[in-house]
Amino acid sequence: MTMYILRRVFGVVPVLILVALGSFLLVHLVPGDPAMVMLGSDATPQQIQALRTQMGLDSSLPEQFLIWMRQALRGDLGESFFLGRPVTQALLERLPATMQLAMLSLFFSLLIGAPAGILASVRQNSRWDQLVMITAMGGISIPSFWLGLFLILVFSVNPGWLQNGGYVPIWEEFGPGLRVLILPAISLGFMQAALIARMTRSSMLEVLRQDYVRTAKAKGLGWWSVTLRHALKNAMIPVITTIGTAFGVLLGGAVIVEIVFTYPGLGRLVVLAVQRRDYPLVQGALLLTSVIYVAVNLAVDLLYSVFDPRIKYE
Amino acid sequence: MSESALVPGRRPRHWGESPPWNFLRRLWGNHLAVTGFSLVFLVFLAAILAGVLSSYDPLTMVVSDRMKSPSMTHLMGTDNFGRDIFSRVLHGARLSLEVGAAVMLLTVGAGILFGLVSGYSPRLDGPVMRVMDAMMAFPAILFGIAIMAVLGPKTVNVVIALSVVYAPRTVRIVRASVLATKQLDYVEAVRAQAAGHLRILFRHILPNCLSPLVVQATFNFAYAVLAEASLSFVGAGAPPPTPSWGNILSEGRIYMQNAPWITIFPGVAIALTVMGLNLAGDGLRDILDPRMKT
Repeated sequence: MTMYILRRVFGVVPVLILVALGSFLLVHLVPGDPAMVMLGSDATPQQIQALRTQMGLDSSLPEQFLIWMRQALRGDLGESFFLGRPVTQALLERLPATMQLAMLSLFFSLLIGAPAGILASVRQNSRWDQLVMITAMGGISIPSFWLGLFLILVFSVNPGWLQNGGYVPIWEEFGPGLRVLILPAISLGFMQAALIARMTRSSMLEVLRQDYVRTAKAKGLGWWSVTLRHALKNAMIPVITTIGTAFGVLLGGAVIVEIVFTYPGLGRLVVLAVQRRDYPLVQGALLLTSVIYVAVNLAVDLLYSVFDPRIKYE
Repeated sequence: MSESALVPGRRPRHWGESPPWNFLRRLWGNHLAVTGFSLVFLVFLAAILAGVLSSYDPLTMVVSDRMKSPSMTHLMGTDNFGRDIFSRVLHGARLSLEVGAAVMLLTVGAGILFGLVSGYSPRLDGPVMRVMDAMMAFPAILFGIAIMAVLGPKTVNVVIALSVVYAPRTVRIVRASVLATKQLDYVEAVRAQAAGHLRILFRHILPNCLSPLVVQATFNFAYAVLAEASLSFVGAGAPPPTPSWGNILSEGRIYMQNAPWITIFPGVAIALTVMGLNLAGDGLRDILDPRMKT
């Protein structure tokens, strides 16, 4: 077990280095001089040179990467050009709002998706199955921002039941926090709920056909016991593995939903940074979200080995 | 004389029993695939015939026609600049399908190239897959926005950004097929006949990887249509005034209460296209890879 954990933890090191390299090279993909592009055509040569020095663009590329990596490991991702403050500070200020949104969306998608998938599988080819599968097909086809716009119109604008915009930390004020979060979380999590429902259904159907389930039924166990205690445990294994990926998708998808709901998270900050050509901020946001994605996937993999002991022997 | 006719006891094969014909017959019998492909075909047709189906120019602004609700004159109404929404949605379909098809082709190309190399060569497998893992770690939309920010808002850059984002998944699928196929006896037999690596890869292994690849290609098309709309929605897609489903929606969102048709129709167009592609993908998977049946 310890060997497995160590192998997995060390396995992410090259991925993290490559993620850092990708984020670093992003600025260097800018056609021409990044400093000149950021400052615009009105900038004086002195201003351009000052920004080049600030961004460390004067040294060679490998040297720049090493300096950037050393600073990034210390938590220094440079200075935001349009905010006039450290990138790390600006990102960490917005991160809790986005994490809160992504986590609630994940919770919503599991809460809806898994039971819907179980229902569809145990009642295969029934009307329930058809209803779940049609809704899930709709779920994976409807864009989250479009769903969000309609949720605002139906629940927020006309009746004013739910609040649109703003951010209240849910751990400080649960009720008001939930009122702000619920619509963005539903629009962001709907697609993942649909994917989880489809995956749970197909996984359950496969498990329900296995011999051990037939044996459990043959020895007279009740329906609940066979389905929920014996089949579900194994059927949820592939679903659990996708939680890490789903979290990454939600983190990225939050960008769009935050724009729709004027939610002050990381996504809105990135879109503002793109409009102002603030490359260090875009670079920092990309690095931070990718590192979170890698960390969450690692955690899920390690947890997975606890639930499924076969994994660590492979 | 055909080879099968020379084998004693074997009937000459009728053209109707040939693999492509057999595949088409199974495709026709699959409701999901038929519905999906029909929807996609209709969207393609609408995109090709955009100029014929609508007599309005998608870019012409008519101030006197601002925010007209759907009628016989303007089937889907007009926007805040008096532009015909029907015409804009039809022309937007062109962009979405162009981007979707280009991303599909590029990801399939990358999937074949890197998937074959990675699955076949144990030495290159590790480095190639670590690069793919790193690429997959970048959240798709955020990465797309970042690439668009540095390369500039051009349609070709949308294609590049989305191809980079969706290629690793395809590479993984091809690699998994190659790993499973290269251990089969027939590959061993071909190798024993001193066949070259390229011949083994492209003549003998690749055809066995095509089923999951075709299914994934359909899903990549769907992801790309959805992602292109998302990027256009936040202003990181094709530059205005080019009509795209995402930017029509974005422009219409502030008028949602008074003119909901500006947001309803492009949204329906996105949902129907993506649904068509997903249904087609599900249908193809049921036919080509029954183990993965949903």
